[in-house]
Amino acid sequence: MSVTVRVPSALRKLTSGQSELTAEGNTVRELLDDLGRENPGLLERIMGADGDIQQFLNVFVNGSDIRYEDDLDTEVSAGDEVSIVPSIAGGGVIEQ
Amino acid sequence: MNQSGAQTRAPEHLDTLRCRICHTVTAAGPYHVCEECFGPLEVVYDLEGLRGTLTREKIAGRPTDLWRYRELLPTAEEPSRGKGVGWTPLLPAPRLGNALGIQDLWIKVDSSNHPTQSFKDRVVAVALQRAKEFGINVVGCASTGNLANSVAAQAATAGLSAWIFIPEDLEEEKIIATGVHGVRLVRIKGVYDDVNRLCAEVADRFDWGIVNVNLRAYYAEGSKTMGFEIAEQLGWTIPANIVAPMAGGSLITKLRKAFKELAAVGLVREGPEPRFFGAQATGCAPIISALESGADRITPIREPVTIARSLAIGNPADGTFAVATMRETGGWGTAVSDPEIVEGMRLLATLEGVFTETAGGVAVASAAKLSKEGRIAKQGPTVLCITGNGLKTKEAARSTFELGESIEPRLSEVERLADSAAQQRL
Repeated sequence: MSVTVRVPSALRKLTSGQSELTAEGNTVRELLDDLGRENPGLLERIMGADGDIQQFLNVFVNGSDIRYEDDLDTEVSAGDEVSIVPSIAGGGVIEQ
Repeated sequence: MNQSGAQTRAPEHLDTLRCRICHTVTAAGPYHVCEECFGPLEVVYDLEGLRGTLTREKIAGRPTDLWRYRELLPTAEEPSRGKGVGWTPLLPAPRLGNALGIQDLWIKVDSSNHPTQSFKDRVVAVALQRAKEFGINVVGCASTGNLANSVAAQAATAGLSAWIFIPEDLEEEKIIATGVHGVRLVRIKGVYDDVNRLCAEVADRFDWGIVNVNLRAYYAEGSKTMGFEIAEQLGWTIPANIVAPMAGGSLITKLRKAFKELAAVGLVREGPEPRFFGAQATGCAPIISALESGADRITPIREPVTIARSLAIGNPADGTFAVATMRETGGWGTAVSDPEIVEGMRLLATLEGVFTETAGGVAVASAAKLSKEGRIAKQGPTVLCITGNGLKTKEAARSTFELGESIEPRLSEVERLADSAAQQRL
């Protein structure tokens, strides 16, 4: 099903300047995969080397951080609001 | 404005921002995120160039506000905003020190800051000055209260429009002290982290300066001025220990940066860093949890439950950097319960005459706990950062005393009370 995903300005070089994209999928992972197919290079920027979302990016479904849900397997349905939002400052790995 | 085309009148060293993670350099502007790795952006200074030119004498000759350290702040022009902000008292606190078992204890009293009685006045002064330099006329913030007060007040001084985003259930004192300045108050059905996430999207959608989002690189620099003042007020020396409350974790991180910069420009002698001790409430202690467990990531708290509302940030923006600050300087941290917070407020009020808000109670109670555990070294000055004013959370202090009976306006009645008090002392 079709869901609208908002992307931050820091990623818009890869989306032809668009701030909202439409993607197909039943989970966040499927949505992101679909976005990656339509926008070359985008998926690689969103995902870290560990296969998880980049440490300084957050994904929200209807305002809820997917880390509080089922992470990339969080289900989405038509009409849901999905946002990719950069962390404000830290939120990442502690430098040892 | 876009990130690659930003224009600024800043001197050369302020023309850029650098990513704290991947060190990519970008043009200065109202941005907080590195386009390469999404890491936080930081201001770059020419510290070497300031060595020998920024002197103690030069600073001593300047007005007593935070702009006396302007070369170490991100302003490109003669500052016109934030006048009178900062330069709060640093007071010896021997009675509290005695109670906590900490020798040579000092309190940095930002509860008397201008214009809104919290340390947030510092960060807002710097953010709004930079906003002016970028030509931004609408400002805003996501806030647990103190920041809302300060953005509202300082936007009023500067004649700016302000959009203030707060959780809908904030303490009434903080709502009133914001609304009175004639701003657009937007109450959000959710916790602070919902407000914060929304503001990240707002900053992306509108050409506004959200001080703790897209102006964050500049805003956060304002926290350093608390450290600069502490050093100057201690006769240009660096304290042995610093105890500070943590919400987003930025203050403790920037205090460390402040002392490093003072050493780098030669205003204080090179030497050991202070040990940094962070304080949180047990109902919202994601930074302390990471510190204690040795985790390499912060696990956010979804629904904080604490009377220390100004510290109730479940997903602390600078949490990882705060943990690094405590670990790397040989400090530590702790979390305290609501009753301990109230007791901390009571101790500071009854022993030093300073009425702090709940966040200050967290700092006092945590210092007590850390001292008892033997974490705070005995040698050298210890500075306790009191970041907010008790009048903003006055309900929390209501249980610390008994109101007593009302009496007729007769001397005999007072004699009766005095007799009764004398009996109780026996």
